[in-house]
Amino acid sequence: MNFLIEAFQFIFDPANWGGSGGIGVRLVEHLWVSLLVVVIAAAIAIPVGFLIGHTGTGKSIAVIGSGGVRALPTLGLVTVIALSVGIGLTAPIIALVVLAIPSILAGAYSGFEAIDRRTIDAARAVGRTEWQIVTAVELPLGLPLLMGGLRSASLQVISTATLAAYVGGGGLGGFLFTGLRTNDYPQMLAGSILVIALALLSEGFFAILERVTVPAGVRAGLPTSVRARPSRSRATAA
Amino acid sequence: MIEFRSVTKKFPDGTVAVRDFDLVIPSRKTTVFVGSSGSGKTTLLRMINRMVDPTSGSISIDGEDTSTLEPVALRRRIGYVMQNSGLLPHFKVIENVATVPILNGVPRRRAHQEALTLLDTVGLDRSLADRYPSQLSGGQQQRVGVARGLAADPNILLMDEPFGAVDPIVRAELQVELIRLQRDLDKTVVFVTHDIDEAFLLGDQVVILETGGLIAQVGSPSEIMAAPTNEFVANFIGAERGKRALSIRSTGSGDILVDSSGRAAGILVAPTAPDAE
Repeated sequence: MNFLIEAFQFIFDPANWGGSGGIGVRLVEHLWVSLLVVVIAAAIAIPVGFLIGHTGTGKSIAVIGSGGVRALPTLGLVTVIALSVGIGLTAPIIALVVLAIPSILAGAYSGFEAIDRRTIDAARAVGRTEWQIVTAVELPLGLPLLMGGLRSASLQVISTATLAAYVGGGGLGGFLFTGLRTNDYPQMLAGSILVIALALLSEGFFAILERVTVPAGVRAGLPTSVRARPSRSRATAA
Repeated sequence: MIEFRSVTKKFPDGTVAVRDFDLVIPSRKTTVFVGSSGSGKTTLLRMINRMVDPTSGSISIDGEDTSTLEPVALRRRIGYVMQNSGLLPHFKVIENVATVPILNGVPRRRAHQEALTLLDTVGLDRSLADRYPSQLSGGQQQRVGVARGLAADPNILLMDEPFGAVDPIVRAELQVELIRLQRDLDKTVVFVTHDIDEAFLLGDQVVILETGGLIAQVGSPSEIMAAPTNEFVANFIGAERGKRALSIRSTGSGDILVDSSGRAAGILVAPTAPDAE
């Protein structure tokens, strides 16, 4: 309990916020690395996921590949990459991108897969091109599940980005490693609390995004929002 | 006129849905494909707008071989109505109806104006225009589906069991509506159903299919009813069971028509002109 109080004292001590190793700088570093990683991973995983979801091929490869990649220990990966590219941000960013891709990939293709096949068939039958099917039908209807994928990827990245400090990449992990070396447990705990707070903020942000990206017509079909004239509304979305 | 010339469709899994199929579908008439599951009726329908391409043989529309036409452009000039309406859940009713004209480059405002008129045509209140499909009843959704099929003013309207998922009362309503529409609009309608009564009600030409797209009989409803070519057809239309062999029987409360098993099927009235309403 004492550690916890001391940890919060550490966090709220203005002296710990300034400077190059202060909370302010490390928080920004941590957020920046996480954001960069999620953006890079999304740029790779979303197009591939959409392609798998739209064509329905390559899913088994994606599932097996994702499973394999998920089993990789990130700390080991960071170390191995750092040995070849050197100390700094590159190694943790590559390792974290590898960590983030499976969730985003799964979100992207499962979002497409969850759409009623008949809706897509009808979109094609009235004369939409394949590209128009992706942009006008699959993308808007699959967006909430994609947000779910980004949500879990961001959570994993924010919590695992502590490893960046292990190879001199900065971030909130610095408090953990410094605290560990100097037996300064309150500092370690403070670092952990800050990471947890960031993770919770990210969860909240994506929870809202997941909600607002549900298209109005789909939301209108959900039983909870059947309000105006219940007798005319159907409980299930066609 | 749509013409099938020795069309065969073999799916990758080896199923032969349609074998050596020949048929002429006349313009401005309703042709109904009727058969049980596995008769290839939906496959035949979907070959007209190239949702399915034949393995061999050819399909032509007004003399133009469809395999030479670009599928997307072809689909945009053929109306398509499917079971469960196939409406986009995240598009409002009006946007769903205006889909094809907008794809064809009609300005949004004008397409929406015309879509409102189409809602009138299919008997829907204009106040539903801003609703989403999930807020409509099954019958209303199906009407929206028909309106969308008509939006580009196509010559051909393909209907794939459009009334299969609605309850019998709504289905009867929609059938009557379709007969009225067809009288007003004069489209070439190709309709798929497994319900022989629906086929006889709607079809000018009825095509009864056996497994594998084999034509059991083609003809007008009266031709088929008067002279089923074989036992399969007789069985399919219910003649076998005496459902369509009616006779007059006098009862205490007046003359009625009964089928061959003695069940009351209707009453006999003086003929009226079919168009008088």
